[in-house]
Amino acid sequence: MADVSLSGVMKGFGGAPAVDRVSFSARPGSLVALLGPSGCGKSTTLRLIAGLETADAGRIVIASREVTELPPAKRGVSMVFQSYALFPHLSVAENIVFGLKVRNVPGSEREARLKRAADVLGLQQLLDRKPSQLSGGQQQRVALGRAIVAETPVCLMDEPLSNLDAQLRVEMRREIRALQRRLGMTMLYVTHDQVEAMTMADQVVLMRNGRVEQDAEPDALYERPASIFAARFVGTPPMNVLPATLIISGPGGTSIMTGAPARDPATLAVGVRPEAVRLGEAGVPATVVAVEYLGADTLIETRVVGEPFVVRVSGRAAATAGETVHLAWDPAAVHWFDLSSERRIN
Amino acid sequence: MTPRAVAATAAKAVALALFAFALFGPLANLVLWSVAERWYAPFKLPVSYGLRYWEIVFRPTGDAMSSLATSVAIAGLTVLVALLVSVPAGYALARLKLPARTFIMIAFLLPQAFPSVAIYINVARIFYQLGLAGTVTGVVLVHAAHGLVYSVWIAAAAFAAVDRDLELAARNMGASGLRTFATITLPLAAPGIMASAIFVFLESLDEFTGTFFVGVPQVTTLPLLLYSASMGGNYQIASITALILLVPSVLFMMVIERFLRADVLSKVGQ
Repeated sequence: MADVSLSGVMKGFGGAPAVDRVSFSARPGSLVALLGPSGCGKSTTLRLIAGLETADAGRIVIASREVTELPPAKRGVSMVFQSYALFPHLSVAENIVFGLKVRNVPGSEREARLKRAADVLGLQQLLDRKPSQLSGGQQQRVALGRAIVAETPVCLMDEPLSNLDAQLRVEMRREIRALQRRLGMTMLYVTHDQVEAMTMADQVVLMRNGRVEQDAEPDALYERPASIFAARFVGTPPMNVLPATLIISGPGGTSIMTGAPARDPATLAVGVRPEAVRLGEAGVPATVVAVEYLGADTLIETRVVGEPFVVRVSGRAAATAGETVHLAWDPAAVHWFDLSSERRIN
Repeated sequence: MTPRAVAATAAKAVALALFAFALFGPLANLVLWSVAERWYAPFKLPVSYGLRYWEIVFRPTGDAMSSLATSVAIAGLTVLVALLVSVPAGYALARLKLPARTFIMIAFLLPQAFPSVAIYINVARIFYQLGLAGTVTGVVLVHAAHGLVYSVWIAAAAFAAVDRDLELAARNMGASGLRTFATITLPLAAPGIMASAIFVFLESLDEFTGTFFVGVPQVTTLPLLLYSASMGGNYQIASITALILLVPSVLFMMVIERFLRADVLSKVGQ
């Protein structure tokens, strides 16, 4: 098992840096998700770790060994590409053992590892096929197989599930997680899908514009988001975040200031998760715009002083569009942010 | 059928016949000439038929056979020279960030951009000073310069069509740059490079102007033989030579679509 750590890593392609002073570390044997919207630098960060790009500044350490200047082959990492990057002119078996061949692993050892990987991934029947004769899910397995036969302590995955349909994605999510645990690999997993990150990862590194926005465990990321961006990126539907003054100025608004930081309310933003809101007799008045019944719960989209505000209640909600409702929540459920820096306060 | 439909069908048939005549008329004329032993005015068709001229052409000691051998040898060498340049150049143009990329691409086009006679007169003069005039080497160099535009542009497109992630994956699995190129990039670009080689081969086989200025009189290729035969009024020899030259082109048409795929073609000149 190996650790991976980055400190102050920079990479630019002309213009604003794509990766800007990124630092984080992954514990040995853990699964770390690099999460963020497209263009946030998460894939570039992964390629820097793999050595497919070279860092402009900073240090990358894998298994207590600095690898910043090492070529990809010497870093001891395997990688699964978003496109799978299977070699179209080679068979499944040749694809899987390609890395072993170039590293001059002896033939008998190659066969043994190929068989083991094929058994683990259920590829025994497909070894002679060409990648173009496989379904998306099977191609994904071959890409995984290629990564695990290398038996490197660190595995990097770049949006490995984004080309699969929804159901297969859920299956593969579990399978990858189980595989990672069983083989004791340290895995860095790039995704833009917060559900994937939250369900699979031991630790989530949320990125934005090339920087680390927050580095935390999934529950901490959800319960104590470090910024408005983090608050709204994680969770569906996203957290409601409004300038505090907007609510205070309305009827019943002062009630929300219970437990607020002792600061000028004009500098504050208030954040409330949709599921923390109750519909009641008193509280902040809101106009219902739409009601979406999902079965287990209901999403009620409202407007508070003209701003969108979503409420999630369990079961069926007795609200209809056009009606005025009153929103209330527990003061402990409120997240306070600085309006200008967008960082968390409490 | 109504009279109108009959007229439309007839018009179509006539149009098709005209098209076929425009396409196959000249070819038929060639075939006719190649088997005409005697044919003079005012006769519309040959006076007597025979394979005498075919025998002359295919006689092992004949000019035609030695010209054909020269032509094929030159074309083969030209392909070799063109590939030696176009494989590295195409790879560099497709993969490296070259500052003057567009300029380099256009530089390979230059030999085609000016009237060829003007260029070849100067080339002939320079080659004469260098002792390359009248040698196979000189002719190969002229043909290669001419063919490079195809081979470099197509090779660049073929390399560009290879997914970059495949190379990165190979590097990640421990392959060196050279090994990645030899086992992944080159095999995947090979169909496009084959196509460019066929282009260059045919261009060389067909080339007249450059060979005329640089190679004559020592080097005689098939097009030169065709030229002197038809200038000398020997239409039978000229026709047979033309038909021989046609064979590789037809073969080419039949195999080319297997090598040139749409994703490669879409990247030519980019």
